[in-house]
Amino acid sequence: MSTDAGGRPLTKKQREAAAIKSMDGIAGRIYEHLKAGSIPELQLASRNKSNIVFDDMHRVWKYGAGMTTRSAMKTDGAYMLLRTMYMSEFIKDMVANEKSSTLREMYYISEGWDMGKFGAQNESDGLAEDLEVMTGRLREDFKLRPEENGAAMTGDLKVVETTRTGSRRTIHCQDDVGDAGYNIPYNVEPDRLRFKDVNVDFVVAIETGGMFARLAENGFDTSANCGLVHLKGQPARSTRRLLKRLNEESGLPVIVFTDGDPWSYRIFASVAYGAIKTAHISEYLATPTAQYLGITPSDITNYDLPSDKLTDRDVEALKSELADPRFDDELWRGEIEYQLQLGKKSEQQALAKYGLDFVTDTYLPEKLTEMGILR
Amino acid sequence: MAAIAEELAKGQKEISVAEFFERNRQILGFDSPTKALITSVKEAVDNALDACEEANILPDIAVSVSPTEHDGEYTLVIEDNGPGVVKKQMPNIFARLLYGSRFHAIRQSRGQQGIGISAVVLYGQITTGHHAFVTSKIGHGKPAVRMELAIDTKTNQPKTFSTELDHWEKPHGTRIEVVLKARYQGGKQSVFEYLRSTSIVNPHAKITFTDPTGQAFVFDRASDEVPPKTEAIKPHPLGTELGTILKMAKHSEYRKMTTFLQKEFSSVGADTAKKLLAEAKVENVAPGDLTRDEARRLHAAFGKVKIMAPPTDCLAPIGETLVRRGLKKETEDVSPEYIATVTRPPSVWGGHPFQVEVGVVYGGTLPRDGQVRILRFANRVPLLYQQGGCEGTLGVQAVDWRRYGLEQRGGKGTPVGPAIILVHVASTKVPFTSEAKEAIAPMEEIHKEIKLALQDAARGLGRHLKKKAKRAKVSEKFDLVTKILPEINKKASTMLRKPEVDLAPIVCKIMDVVWIDDVSAEYAKLEGATLAPKAAPLPVPTSAAGGLTLEAFDGDPVEAPAEVPGVPAEPVKPKQAYLGKGTLTITNYKQKAQGFKLYAVLPDNAVFVEAEPAPRKVAERYLLWDVPKMEPAAKAEIRFDVAGVGKGDLDGLDLYVEGINEINVVGADPWHGGEE
Repeated sequence: MSTDAGGRPLTKKQREAAAIKSMDGIAGRIYEHLKAGSIPELQLASRNKSNIVFDDMHRVWKYGAGMTTRSAMKTDGAYMLLRTMYMSEFIKDMVANEKSSTLREMYYISEGWDMGKFGAQNESDGLAEDLEVMTGRLREDFKLRPEENGAAMTGDLKVVETTRTGSRRTIHCQDDVGDAGYNIPYNVEPDRLRFKDVNVDFVVAIETGGMFARLAENGFDTSANCGLVHLKGQPARSTRRLLKRLNEESGLPVIVFTDGDPWSYRIFASVAYGAIKTAHISEYLATPTAQYLGITPSDITNYDLPSDKLTDRDVEALKSELADPRFDDELWRGEIEYQLQLGKKSEQQALAKYGLDFVTDTYLPEKLTEMGILR
Repeated sequence: MAAIAEELAKGQKEISVAEFFERNRQILGFDSPTKALITSVKEAVDNALDACEEANILPDIAVSVSPTEHDGEYTLVIEDNGPGVVKKQMPNIFARLLYGSRFHAIRQSRGQQGIGISAVVLYGQITTGHHAFVTSKIGHGKPAVRMELAIDTKTNQPKTFSTELDHWEKPHGTRIEVVLKARYQGGKQSVFEYLRSTSIVNPHAKITFTDPTGQAFVFDRASDEVPPKTEAIKPHPLGTELGTILKMAKHSEYRKMTTFLQKEFSSVGADTAKKLLAEAKVENVAPGDLTRDEARRLHAAFGKVKIMAPPTDCLAPIGETLVRRGLKKETEDVSPEYIATVTRPPSVWGGHPFQVEVGVVYGGTLPRDGQVRILRFANRVPLLYQQGGCEGTLGVQAVDWRRYGLEQRGGKGTPVGPAIILVHVASTKVPFTSEAKEAIAPMEEIHKEIKLALQDAARGLGRHLKKKAKRAKVSEKFDLVTKILPEINKKASTMLRKPEVDLAPIVCKIMDVVWIDDVSAEYAKLEGATLAPKAAPLPVPTSAAGGLTLEAFDGDPVEAPAEVPGVPAEPVKPKQAYLGKGTLTITNYKQKAQGFKLYAVLPDNAVFVEAEPAPRKVAERYLLWDVPKMEPAAKAEIRFDVAGVGKGDLDGLDLYVEGINEINVVGADPWHGGEE
């Protein structure tokens, strides 16, 4: 993907040339249809739950053989093809002019695309992902980037960043950052960011800002000698990519700590197995060895945590997870079925019932020992 | 007891009709000040229209309502260009109740009882104390006569307060001015709506209305034809009551019962007369000597012996084309997308001939979520009140409109949707629910005819909506191939720096239909003299029978107007004075060559002039073209000129195809008519 045939990372020039070739390839497919007098169409992998399969080699979930066809036979399909053409041309222009834009900027630019404009930003974001799926390239190669989402990291390690002027700067993720931690940029590829002096034993990825701040304030990164990463809800690609690199390059176990509800399990799934939306790049983003720490439904009972009743939507989501191939293992099935029976959910911060230090003094050490991370 | 009766007798005296009215105004529609104003306008306008029709004059009526210095009092002035009223009769006609020319005649007319206009004079007199001023002129060279009139309510005799000669520019006409207690308001039941509705069913009339603020509205005429004068017919036995038989017999000039029956009733021949008398066991009696008992037996025999239906040629329906034109003109502000009109053949109820006409106006800016508006008419007079109990409404409610594209809860009741439904009943005797003539009484035969007429019109609407839905579906594809696909083509070729591709084969693959555009047309006003030679046969009456194109198609002979004393006969005008130039565009978006027959159904009265390419056949009601094999993506255009049409008559003309599967065609229905 971002490597050449021999596994070496591609140079900037190579990546740019590849992006332009990809865009021309899409236009070429349509043009060939038109020239042959057939109704133009584009095919891409179906991006839904029923079309993800487990990739044994990478140990992640990827798209299967199911294909969707976008055809100009119907008006909706024709609009999609037109938008695809507009976006391809836009990307080609950006690459040629050494520009880049955020997904949101592209959405606003698309307002000027006449019949090719979008109804809402999620449509244009979705099409950018479609282009990745169709071309097997990353949207970063297309000069598209998400908004900064403010995910952060702390711990005894250094990152070497490439600055705007092209020089390198080394940042220690405890000594050189404030309470908010090190702000994870949108591009964490090796040409922008490298790790140095990694002195932590493992990484804890935390769903909520409140818990991240609690662990930092209690000095858990120092006392347990670990890295803390704030996922900020459903984690951005760069956050997942960063976790994967820490895991692969530095051999750090990744532990995921979230609320105890079905939506949080999906956060874990996207870190560990890959998200359905980005299954085409799962092997690039997912950390198959990531482990789920809690809050588990069993924790709610074992620690007698304050809880809320499951809503109808929660129940529906849990049931949907039972049908999700990513959760199809004994541990998850048992926990989900138990939760349905329990009818309850708890937040991470429910642990504060036993005091502010309970999570760092009791809960995490107990759970991490159980998991074999701490001894 | 006798003493008491004597005492009571002192208080018993005759009540004059005028006195009766004074106390029971609601009977004639003067119950409230609002209603009284509309009723007054209605009576005067009815009179004006009837008079103009009788004299074969195109009516030009001016109505004005203006406030007086007193609150709640208005001056109503109605002026027409009718034949006028002779001086001697003016007091009787305007200031005497139950005096008129139409009470005894059995014919289709607006007014009948002779109460109408004098009731207006009486109402004004009672409520404001003002006398009426009537001006009338009967012809060129005659002076206009102006009278101040009132009714003596005790004796029902006219009182004339002054008579003057006046100078009047117009050749003939009548003007009446009454001050009355009234309230002016807008809305569905208003003078404005009454006149607008009147204009729809009297497309030959021009009505000018000036409202109390001084604003003038013109309801212009949509036709230059005065409706044919209706003929009076004799009573039909089935519509005659016992007392009428006795009265007729007593006053008969004939000596023998058989002659009396044949000559004084309609539809009774010698044979039927004999059968009737045998059934009634009435023999050797002179009509003048007919006893009550014999009359009763005769009346019973009327119901038993089979008698021919009454003649129906005494009716003058408005006609489908003119109803359409009237509706079109008066609904212009909502720009409807479809109008269907149906005139049923005449039928009979209880011995009275009648005929039903309906119209359905659909779409435009009419409200989509409200009940449809129902416009009811009897003998060309709008009915504004008592909608609920009226046969016009009941007939509408009896149709299952859901089948035809309108909403209707449970298939019953007034339908909901963007539509106006018109119901007109013409008859020598319309069965009104009351003397105020506000609603048509439920009557099985009329109900059935209204229902049949509405179903017929509704089928047209249903077809239109179906066609529209199909067109909408295909026109989405049309956008696709005409806008989106070329843009995709452009983008792809620009990015690749290659030439754009010819899209025609792909367009045909996506569209996969033969597309026929709605007829678009231009209209040129035609004066008789400027007609192109080919169109010259237009004003020729049917009697000059020639080729098909020479006939007037509605079957009504173009009559020369009857001579009216003192009134110069109006020149015969061509029926409609427009030349319609229509254009039909056909595009073959199929992937194979396509050929078929194309029929364009002509509006009533239209006369074919010429077409390019020439039609294979010019029939009475349609034009037929052979559309030769068209290659994929080929476009063909047909231009045709038709004279004698009204403005807009060619827009959205009904088109039919033959020799091609209908699912492959958008814009035309399959032809089932055969070749006439």
